[in-house]
Amino acid sequence: MSLAKRIIPCLDVTDGRVVKGINFLELKDAGDPVEVAKKYNEQGADELTFLDITASSDNRGLILHIIENVAKEVFIPLTVGGGVRTVEDVRNLLNAGADKVSINTSAIINPDIIYQTSSRFGSQCIVVAIDAKLTLEGSKSFWQVFTHGGRNATRLNAIEWAEKMVSLGAGELLITSMDRDGTKKGFDLELIKAISDKVDVPIIASGGVGDLQHLVDGIKIGGADAVLAASIFHFGEYKISEAKAFMKSNHIEIRQ
Amino acid sequence: MIAIIDYGMGNLKSVFNAFKQVSPEADIKVTSNPADIKKAHRVVFPGQGAMPDCIRELDERNLRSSVIDAAKTKPFLGICIGLQMLFDKSEEGNVDGLGLLSGTIKRFNNQNSLDESGHKLKIPHMGWNEVSQTNKHPLWQNISDNDRFYFVHSYYLESQDKSIVSAETSYAQKFCCAIAKDNIFAVQFHPEKSSLAGLELIKNFIQWSI
Repeated sequence: MSLAKRIIPCLDVTDGRVVKGINFLELKDAGDPVEVAKKYNEQGADELTFLDITASSDNRGLILHIIENVAKEVFIPLTVGGGVRTVEDVRNLLNAGADKVSINTSAIINPDIIYQTSSRFGSQCIVVAIDAKLTLEGSKSFWQVFTHGGRNATRLNAIEWAEKMVSLGAGELLITSMDRDGTKKGFDLELIKAISDKVDVPIIASGGVGDLQHLVDGIKIGGADAVLAASIFHFGEYKISEAKAFMKSNHIEIRQ
Repeated sequence: MIAIIDYGMGNLKSVFNAFKQVSPEADIKVTSNPADIKKAHRVVFPGQGAMPDCIRELDERNLRSSVIDAAKTKPFLGICIGLQMLFDKSEEGNVDGLGLLSGTIKRFNNQNSLDESGHKLKIPHMGWNEVSQTNKHPLWQNISDNDRFYFVHSYYLESQDKSIVSAETSYAQKFCCAIAKDNIFAVQFHPEKSSLAGLELIKNFIQWSI
């Protein structure tokens, strides 16, 4: 009996609504964030992650309002990411009711933001999101960190970057394989394992989940502490309770 | 009135929201005013971040004596660092706590520890773990033994005084995750983020008569 592995549904939010994309093309409305959050909570989600995918800065304030409303009705940890740039952004999200804030691109532009925010608010609320893609360089390959949703290469080695982020105060890492994201072929287990073996903080595996076995593999083979998925839950293929039952039948500790 | 003590360390809205959810009619105040704490019928002492910062911020707001008074006189609920600060001292920054209870706050050691699936033990201890109740207490009413609560911490309580232990959790080792003494109840986990079990504990606290 021990700490449960976590299942975290990810909700993409823009213009005040949850949206879901099909192969990143058209975005379809998937409902009111509070209602979707409540539904996942009732199904047994261990945490919720909200990703603000609003492109323009005009509607950025909306996510604060959404988090405020979700936090009044859903009593599990809430993580918010997307466009977090400053210490002030982190403060505003925490004050709105987020328990953790996920930082990606701005950590690459200014790594010190991880130190500043974790020393101000505590490591427990600073998640660093790393998007990585296997990159060939001569005869060697490495996992390269990408920003802006996978569009911009950084030259950074994802494993070294993960270690650096933890040393600056990240309390958790969210690792997304750009090679796998949207493919439904499962997590990049080698990537997850390579990072999980190197750092002390919990790892959330993301990118590529297509069926329930993938969740099990992320934990058992990848060594992840939590698994994040969007489409298998949004499209109703699986309920979180089904995912948990399957994990349990594979001898993974879960919260029922 | 229920006072949730605010000493500038992080967001207390989750705690406020959870109390409001359980008891919409209750007068609940997030406050850093000693007069409120004195007047309150129940006091909640939360905390997040690093304990040295928490102690410093508490003192900068001159709240130390209010907290100690409340902890000696009325139903008092410590949460997370709010539990840790009640004790003698912490390894985190080698700082002294409020010394209301005897015990030391220590850091999890993962040098030679593996979790139960053979992976390296992660720090912080983050997520839902089982809380095994070791004594009967009004705050455990209607909460099943070994129900899971949400934890996020890197330090834990080690106390020689076994009489105050009210629940234990395992994370590579067994540690005390809830203490009870007279009017004090304090938990290492976050009831405000622990869904139904957490709300139940908060409800029990609101109804607790000592």
